[in-house]
Amino acid sequence: MRILTIDTSAVASATLLNFEPNDPVRTLSVVGNFATQDTRSHAEVLAPGVKSLFTDAVIEGPALDAVVVGVGPGPFTGLRSGIAMARTLAFVWDVPLYGLMSLEALAQQVFDTPRHGLDGRALGPVAMGDFVVATDARRKEVYWARFSAAAQLMDGPHVGPPTDISDIQVFGAGAGLYREQLEQTGCEVYSVLADVQPTALALGRAAIRRISVAGSLEAAGLLDTTPLYLRESDAKVPGPRKRAL
Amino acid sequence: MSQTDPLILGIESSCDETGVGLVRGTQLLTNTVSSSMEEHIRFGGVIPEIASRAHLEAFVPTLRQALADAGVSLEDVDAIAVTSGPGLAGALMVGVSAAKALALATGKPLYAINHLVAHVGVGLLENSMAVRSPGEGLPENLGALLVSGGHTEILRVRSMAEDVELLGSTIDDAAGEAFDKVARVLGLNYPGGPAIDKLAKEGNAKAIRFPRGLSAPKYMGAANEPGPHRYDFSFSGLKTAVARCVEGYEARGENVPVADIAASFQEAAVDVITAKAVLACKEKGMTTLLLGGGVAANSRLRELAQQRCAGANITLLVPKMSLCTDNGAMVAALGAQLVMNGVSPSDLAFAPDSSMPVSSISLA
Ligand SMILES: [Zn+2]
Repeated sequence: MRILTIDTSAVASATLLNFEPNDPVRTLSVVGNFATQDTRSHAEVLAPGVKSLFTDAVIEGPALDAVVVGVGPGPFTGLRSGIAMARTLAFVWDVPLYGLMSLEALAQQVFDTPRHGLDGRALGPVAMGDFVVATDARRKEVYWARFSAAAQLMDGPHVGPPTDISDIQVFGAGAGLYREQLEQTGCEVYSVLADVQPTALALGRAAIRRISVAGSLEAAGLLDTTPLYLRESDAKVPGPRKRAL
Repeated sequence: MSQTDPLILGIESSCDETGVGLVRGTQLLTNTVSSSMEEHIRFGGVIPEIASRAHLEAFVPTLRQALADAGVSLEDVDAIAVTSGPGLAGALMVGVSAAKALALATGKPLYAINHLVAHVGVGLLENSMAVRSPGEGLPENLGALLVSGGHTEILRVRSMAEDVELLGSTIDDAAGEAFDKVARVLGLNYPGGPAIDKLAKEGNAKAIRFPRGLSAPKYMGAANEPGPHRYDFSFSGLKTAVARCVEGYEARGENVPVADIAASFQEAAVDVITAKAVLACKEKGMTTLLLGGGVAANSRLRELAQQRCAGANITLLVPKMSLCTDNGAMVAALGAQLVMNGVSPSDLAFAPDSSMPVSSISLA
């Protein structure tokens, strides 16, 4: 099977993944991968980035088994550029389209990162129990969600001040940004995963793990592509007229 | 690709209309528009974030509908055209991202084009205006007056594909915005244009003399020595004058003559708009004036423009309203002109430009 994943909830990224449906995790190969470093140039770079994953997108696109897009949460304009891209590609190529919460990409990275003992042996994932992943929501807030050690979503996604999170391991760029506040509420922040952003590659790995657990793409519990804005538009219904005099 | 009669799919998302249009050469096949106008009513104006969210939801359904209405498939399309500016940044981003996806998924060339010039593009569509016969090009010495909620401009169009010049524009509010704000002051509903047009018919346009923005000699100068704003507009002073006038009546405990104020405001706005447009035509040798933008629906603007153009031997062209308001067909129409003129398509890496100047007809 071959899937295209896109995530623009923070950086702009896209990945082409290949795997055998009977053993997705072990047979996974990355056919192509693209990710920016910055979080502000989605409109320019995303389309050339997606195109670069294919030898000929016009021919290879319709042969895909699915397009999976990160549905946030994340800054709205960037987020929409990825979802608009994914929806349109899936429409033109007539392939199945799914969404996946972008924070699951971070949870997958935590799940994939080993914790080492003093002797250097890997002791399992870096998360010792439930953990939180957080990204920058601007306005001194973070987008965050809580996962089990097995990277199952337990709670969230939420948006709010970092002080809403307490007494837990926190990973992701939101953790690095608000390390001091998080430590004051009893959280642990590890330098190794304190600056990671959701990417299409990690999102794809999260989707593959779900497919592996569920036995098929259709049963993997993927979402539709409704964006997770979590915030209203900020628009205010105007009050009484201001006096000009 | 067919250079003579290319089939172009045009995408528009610069404000609150999600438009997808299909044009073959100069023939309009379909013009499908989904508007989020209803969602903005309670706010009294377009809320950019709400518009952007609506574009994302509307895009694929509007595209599907347009293709079905025109009875064509994406394989038949020769090129894709999309508004890359000017407009609301977040709104532009949705249409541009989707257009890029369309281009990369189909392998078709993509043209990133100027929204303002696209407003003029509808003038080239057959049957868009009674005055023009099929197959004829743009009239010589063409000017355009664009009046909407998002922009107010006078353009000189030497060549649609290559040479468009901005002669004047608003330095503050767009004309349509002024109608919306004044409507609010008068307790009328959004959008203000139709509400004021209707109420003004019951009022006396000469009841109150409201200011005509930027019409004083120090701004106008003379034809041979133009002032700094000879063809420019300003509506914020007019809006404030209306608010002061209303408050004056209220302070004196008198009934506010809303119909007279609506008529007098409308008269002030359309007087200065048409006077400056006709002045620009005369001084720049433009003999045809094309009207575009949503405010082209205003009955008094049409009437006064008609009267003044006739008096100055200028042919006034007013496309049908569905082509005056923002739409995808106008984007496709301009795209077709670019293809027919052999202009190179845009690189997939272009960025939308919320303040794209008219001198930039399409992006490289
Ligand atoms: Zn417009």
